[in-house]
Amino acid sequence: MLVYLGKRLVYTIPIVIGVSVVCFGLVHIAPGDPLVSVLPPDASEELKMQMMRAYGFDRPYYEQFLLWCWRALQGDLGVSIATGRSVASEVLRAVKNTLLLSFVATLIGFFFGLLFGFVAGYFRNSPIDKIASILSVIGVSVPHYWLGMVLVIIFSVQLNWLPPTGAGPGGSADWQPDWAHFRHLILPAITMSVIPMGIVARTIRALVADILSQDFVPALRAKGLSELGIFGHVVKNAAPTALAVMGLQLGYLLGGSILIETVFSWPGTGFLLNAAIFQRDLPLLQGTILVLALFFVLLNLIVDVIQTAIDPRIQRS
Amino acid sequence: MTSVASLLPQDPAKTVAPIERSPGYWSGVGKRFRNDKLAIAAGILVLLLILMAIFAPLIAPMDPYAGRTIRRLRPVGTDGFPLGTDELGRDMLSRLIYGARYSLMMGVTPVLMAFGVGSLIGIIAGYVGGKTNTVMMRTIDVFYAFPSVLLAVALSGALGAGIQNALVSLTVVFIPPIARVAEAVTTQVRNRDYVEAARASGANALTIIRVHVLGNVLGPIFVYATGLISVSMILASGLSFLGLGVRPPEPEWGLMLNTLRTAIYNQPLVAALPGVMIFITSISFNVLADGLRNAMDVKV
Repeated sequence: MLVYLGKRLVYTIPIVIGVSVVCFGLVHIAPGDPLVSVLPPDASEELKMQMMRAYGFDRPYYEQFLLWCWRALQGDLGVSIATGRSVASEVLRAVKNTLLLSFVATLIGFFFGLLFGFVAGYFRNSPIDKIASILSVIGVSVPHYWLGMVLVIIFSVQLNWLPPTGAGPGGSADWQPDWAHFRHLILPAITMSVIPMGIVARTIRALVADILSQDFVPALRAKGLSELGIFGHVVKNAAPTALAVMGLQLGYLLGGSILIETVFSWPGTGFLLNAAIFQRDLPLLQGTILVLALFFVLLNLIVDVIQTAIDPRIQRS
Repeated sequence: MTSVASLLPQDPAKTVAPIERSPGYWSGVGKRFRNDKLAIAAGILVLLLILMAIFAPLIAPMDPYAGRTIRRLRPVGTDGFPLGTDELGRDMLSRLIYGARYSLMMGVTPVLMAFGVGSLIGIIAGYVGGKTNTVMMRTIDVFYAFPSVLLAVALSGALGAGIQNALVSLTVVFIPPIARVAEAVTTQVRNRDYVEAARASGANALTIIRVHVLGNVLGPIFVYATGLISVSMILASGLSFLGLGVRPPEPEWGLMLNTLRTAIYNQPLVAALPGVMIFITSISFNVLADGLRNAMDVKV
């Protein structure tokens, strides 16, 4: 186990370096001057050079990259060009909201995904299976930003039950565990939960059907084990895969929340990305994407390790 | 010379029965697909959507760009505007029909391009193996380490809004998964006996890839890629929804959904229509891809 852990850690290092290179490269694939949004259009060449030097854009790429990495390791992701505030603090504040939203969405999606998946896998080709399968196809095919709009139309515009936008009353961006804030969480979390629900239901259905077709199930039944006992064995066999899917889904939601956050004006990383893109605030874009991508890598690592701890037969290379 | 066989009692059934050609792989695939009614329905829907996109100028009742503020945001069922009008008074029905052109193009093109590039990368990595494989696949892993939506948004955000940039970003997003599948399938095929036999009889790498590998790997890779079209449709329209893809005033479903967001209080039904189109398209491609996968008996 320890050897595996070490190997897995070593394997993660090149990925982390690669991800950093890609994030760093984003600024340099961007057309035009990275300072275009701060400089007045009639800026003199001298002022331009001065700003280039101040931001370090005049040095060779590898030097800029190493400097950027060195600073990032110390928690300094640079300064937002548009607001002049530190990127790290902006991202940190936003990431909390995105984490909350994605986590709740994953829980909801996982609960229903497991339910549908188990029922469908157990009663294969029954009407329940058909319904569960249709629901999971809908879950993976629905454009979730549109689903968000539809939910807003129904529950905010028509019924006036829930607030359509924001994370709290009066546009508060700091989430608190009270009813006023919770009401703001319901619609975006449900919208977001549809994605993992469909995928989890699909995966679990195939998995349960596969486990039930294995030889040990009739053996257990012949031994006289109750259906509940057999169900326990199925759960035990399905757990590592289910866990892996859940971890990956949480990561996808964290990274993919931008569309839903835009629909609901949720003050998270997606909102930040949106602002960064349209104000051409490249350090902010770079920093936010780096943090989200590293989160995803870390999550993958944790999932792999936990999975191996549960079931030592799975040792992914 | 008397052979041993002729001394044995003859089995009449064996000698009489004519040599029957066993049904081929593709006839089995066709048979399985024909039995899948849901997949056929989805296939017909996809075909209709494509026809709608091609013949948009003939079908659309009005000019999708011509608007008048005087008739903005009419409800569904208005005389002359069966699906209402948008926030600039343009005919929704015509815009939805024309929208199929942009949305289908934006959704399908990246998967096709990624199918080409990803297959090439995966087949080379899988066939050559060794260090080349490690270098190529570890590079692919880096892009795989980004959640797909994030990578698409990051790339098109950095490159700037526009159709071309969105297409490039989406292609980059779909190359890693396709390359991974291609690599896995190719590695399997490469170790088969017939490849070894071909190599032993002196065939060079290109011939082996062309004759023995391609025919066996392209099918599974293609089936996997069709499964990505549905995701690509949602992502492409999502980029336009964020303002990163197709620019106004072009009719594209994701962009229409975005510009109509302000109308959810006055005309909720009209505002939701473009999303219905995205949903129908995406689910049709999804069901069709599932049907293909089952019919071709591919596990990827």
